[in-house]
Amino acid sequence: MSDAKAKRATTSAMIASIADADQRRSAAPFGHALVALAEERSEVVGLSADLSKYTDMHVFAEAHPERFFQMGMAEQALFGAAAGMAEVGLVPFASTYSVFATRRAYDFLCLDSAEPGLNVNVVAALPGLTTGYGPSHQATEDVAILRGMPNLTIVDPCDAIDIAQAVPALADVPGPTYMRLLRGNVPVVLDEYDYRFALGAAAELRSGRDVILISSGLMTMRALEAAQRLAEDRVDAGVLHVATLKPLDLDTIGRLARGDRLVVTLENHTVIGGLGESIAAGLAFAGEPRNIVPIALPDEFLAAGALPTLHDRYGLSTDRVVERVKQALAA
Amino acid sequence: MADVTTHVDEVRTRRVTNAALGIRRSILQMAEVQGQGYVGQGLAVADVLAVLYFDRLRYRAEDPEWEDRDRLLLSIGHYALALYAALGEAGVLDKSELPTYGADDSRLPMSGMSTYTPGMEISGGSLGHGLGIGVGMALGLRHQGRNAHVYDYLSDGELDEGATWEAAMAAAHHRLGGLTAIVDVNALQADGPTANVLKTESVTEKWRAFGWAAHRVDGNDVPALLAAFDAAQREDEHTPRAIVCDTLVGRGIELLENREKAHFMRIDDDEWATCRTQLEERYAR
Ligand SMILES: Cc1ncc(C[n+]2csc(CCOP(=O)(O)OP(=O)(O)O)c2C)c(N)n1
Ligand SMILES: [Mg+2]
Repeated sequence: MSDAKAKRATTSAMIASIADADQRRSAAPFGHALVALAEERSEVVGLSADLSKYTDMHVFAEAHPERFFQMGMAEQALFGAAAGMAEVGLVPFASTYSVFATRRAYDFLCLDSAEPGLNVNVVAALPGLTTGYGPSHQATEDVAILRGMPNLTIVDPCDAIDIAQAVPALADVPGPTYMRLLRGNVPVVLDEYDYRFALGAAAELRSGRDVILISSGLMTMRALEAAQRLAEDRVDAGVLHVATLKPLDLDTIGRLARGDRLVVTLENHTVIGGLGESIAAGLAFAGEPRNIVPIALPDEFLAAGALPTLHDRYGLSTDRVVERVKQALAA
Repeated sequence: MADVTTHVDEVRTRRVTNAALGIRRSILQMAEVQGQGYVGQGLAVADVLAVLYFDRLRYRAEDPEWEDRDRLLLSIGHYALALYAALGEAGVLDKSELPTYGADDSRLPMSGMSTYTPGMEISGGSLGHGLGIGVGMALGLRHQGRNAHVYDYLSDGELDEGATWEAAMAAAHHRLGGLTAIVDVNALQADGPTANVLKTESVTEKWRAFGWAAHRVDGNDVPALLAAFDAAQREDEHTPRAIVCDTLVGRGIELLENREKAHFMRIDDDEWATCRTQLEERYAR
């Protein structure tokens, strides 16, 4: 094929990187963090449903083969077994893709772990739009599915540092947790800021007079880039990183959303039932309703395609974020 | 009479074998454009797909929605590459479209989607769905008095999913002779060899225990495959059938047959030409 090379740029392959070419990265931060935690806590175990290699769990499986349990491609049995292990006093981390954790196995997380309040930690790769492989693998509504589950803690880390610091914190939570995992070579961003992951606390990474960008997950990376670009146009944008989606730090959010700054939420998730709606509802319920510009995925089954193409098409790329903020400021 | 039968079998075998070569050529062509794809799996199932499209399925290439067609459900959505190649060979897709595989806005996404591709009956990608849908289609077609047959193509990995066995039980309960499960046993899944991930053997006995008529065959031996499909067809008309096909990942290309088996088979840029040559050499024999 003479034109083979030219076409490769548009691959919709499942293994796509969210890192830009020039970004610093760290390999398998979750796997290494779990290994480190396991040295300190003998009750930590790992499970996967035929996806250890694709959720960075293989790092743990190689370091502690006797503490890793392969459940086969059976996500319901995965969560059932994780609950059983927690019942007898272990602290399981169970990994699969976000779509299968939420769409297929919900009931087995809800009744087996959340209701009894067990320490089961779900590690879910490919959250939101982090693969170009099409709707079967794009967990665009995982948070919407899970937010209504009582007792469940939900975290959406931004980078390798966030992930590494979240892992021990999740094990410390007595009840079940769900982490939206960035896997493989994960960008390193937050070490440039005065930041430490603290469960349930939103963190102001950057202050700004004109706009406040409230973001979670990889969109915090985009928010920080967008804020820098906006500064070049003399728009002063702050960034509030909300790594814990549930319980939501409404105190901090409410404080920073007050005043006349433009409030923008950014999430790697459908506009329905995620960060933006949680904040809008939370503020309104507290008697402090705000106008919010929601940057999120549309309420659609998304296309297959190359990830950069799709992030651009659906509004998650830094270019599109900057554009959207400028439009809102002009309006 | 014996001579006539032998001749017919030879004609069928030749037709299917030629189609399998065409399918393998297209698989290589599409995968080379992307530099990747489930090539190993695709090459492994080319013979079964050739049997289906060139000996078994009743379909109209120019009218893929023909309502009395037999249905082939690709429960293994990640094998889409192989099905596109077969649809190209069968004339449902124009072969000139195949190189768009995996490109933005292509009708041929890397994971099978019924909304994108003519001839793709279901949207796959999430494994373990096909058999349940197959049960519904077989029930529905029977209810409507149509005798179209439903084939669900699933993998050994999909035997891990509870949903597969829920559907298997339903098929036997509803006496769905109009349903055939084709199980691709390549002894491989995402985390490694099936035997290490989750032991599924003995596969044939499991289907029988669930009330199915089960046959096991070398999925890369065309005459044996034709015989197995013929035998399955002769089963009791109220019994669903399983054809368990043992296949070799990378089949037809020596370089890939001998490569360490992996869910994503690595093929380096400079290896595609060798793959093409080796495929032609194998079939020239
Ligand atoms: C429900 C579900 N769980 C997990 C996956 C991720 N996954 C994709 S392919 C695969 C391996 C399944 O086994 P098999 O189909 O036998 O794999 P292969 O022979 O292609 O290696 C897995 C676990 C999936 N697609 N669907
Ligand atoms: Mg397999």
